[in-house]
Amino acid sequence: MHEMSLCEGIRRVVERAAASDGIARVTRVRLEIGRFAGVEKHALSFAWDIVMKGSKAEGAALEMIDLPGVALCYDCMKQVEIADRLDPCPDCGGGRLMPEGGDEMRIRDMEVV
Amino acid sequence: MCTVCGCGDAAVEGHGHDHGSHHHHHHHHGHDIHFGRGAAGVEVGGMSQERLVEIETGILSENDRFAAANRERLAALGTYAVNLVSSPGSGKTTLLCATIRAMEGPVAVIEGDQQTTNDADRIRETGAPAVQVNTGKGCHLDGHMVGHALDHLEVGAGTTLFIENVGNLVCPAAFDLGEDAKVAILSVTEGEDKPLKYPDMFTAARLALLNKVDLAPHCDVDLDLYEANLKRVNPGIEVIRLSARTGEGLGDWIGWLRAQAAAKRAPEAAE
Repeated sequence: MHEMSLCEGIRRVVERAAASDGIARVTRVRLEIGRFAGVEKHALSFAWDIVMKGSKAEGAALEMIDLPGVALCYDCMKQVEIADRLDPCPDCGGGRLMPEGGDEMRIRDMEVV
Repeated sequence: MCTVCGCGDAAVEGHGHDHGSHHHHHHHHGHDIHFGRGAAGVEVGGMSQERLVEIETGILSENDRFAAANRERLAALGTYAVNLVSSPGSGKTTLLCATIRAMEGPVAVIEGDQQTTNDADRIRETGAPAVQVNTGKGCHLDGHMVGHALDHLEVGAGTTLFIENVGNLVCPAAFDLGEDAKVAILSVTEGEDKPLKYPDMFTAARLALLNKVDLAPHCDVDLDLYEANLKRVNPGIEVIRLSARTGEGLGDWIGWLRAQAAAKRAPEAAE
């Protein structure tokens, strides 16, 4: 999507969170990325090292935790987990699914020294 | 600039990427294990608790703050705002000009493009006030840009604000601008499977305008298949078939806008 600008957003949040004098360096950042968030993880990793240069998070490891895709099936009205955006309902086979979760793009926490 | 898009800056020299730098989990096993008693109140494999800082913040939280401020501002003004999204060439500006000419009541327009003021110039020819936002390398408008654009527009009670996003079916889906609804424009020449190829945008949209229907007989398209594919990625989406050129369906679209704007004002009037 626009992974470079996502990284810049992460850098701003991380720098704010690491602003206190007690934190010398950020060594690891953990993100939660939903399956349907549209984030290209390889591109995000690629942008990561470049964007974090010069910040307290320079050289920090990037860990991405996958969150499942959740959708409401309009045929059986059940909330189901689907792996792919266009998958049919695993319960009833219906094809009209409204995504209800899996678009998360969150910074969960970070490890600091 | 708050959210500068990286689309155009992807090629960066001197890049060294350590593919082994993540996904190292070390699970601790032993007797009498109590999780979540450390400084952070949570146990995470491979992380030392004293040094774990909880953040729990959305990556786009900065944009979301700007968007929330815009939404509040527009609500206070009594202005209904739509974010028009589509691929380049779907006929957004032509449709917008036709809509403005056919509509009664005040309108205002924010035009987003990478370059040129062509679109804002076309809108101003209709007599409507318009502000052009050029994003440079950016592939979408963001909440911050729209906030500044609002400073240059006179919008008030009963105004319909059209925000014409950068022609792009990917990035604008994720960036809230503070609008009341995203409306996706899809032209019949683009192919029936467009909604399946770019599901996020059509899931985020409340209404899809199937534009250029006057061309349908000339390009072997199945309009019902367009609708079925739209409903497949978003079962709740509404669809209006129209043509900005002939005016077919334009009344339905304007009726939709009027109903949405009235519904927005209704709860405020009830207070």
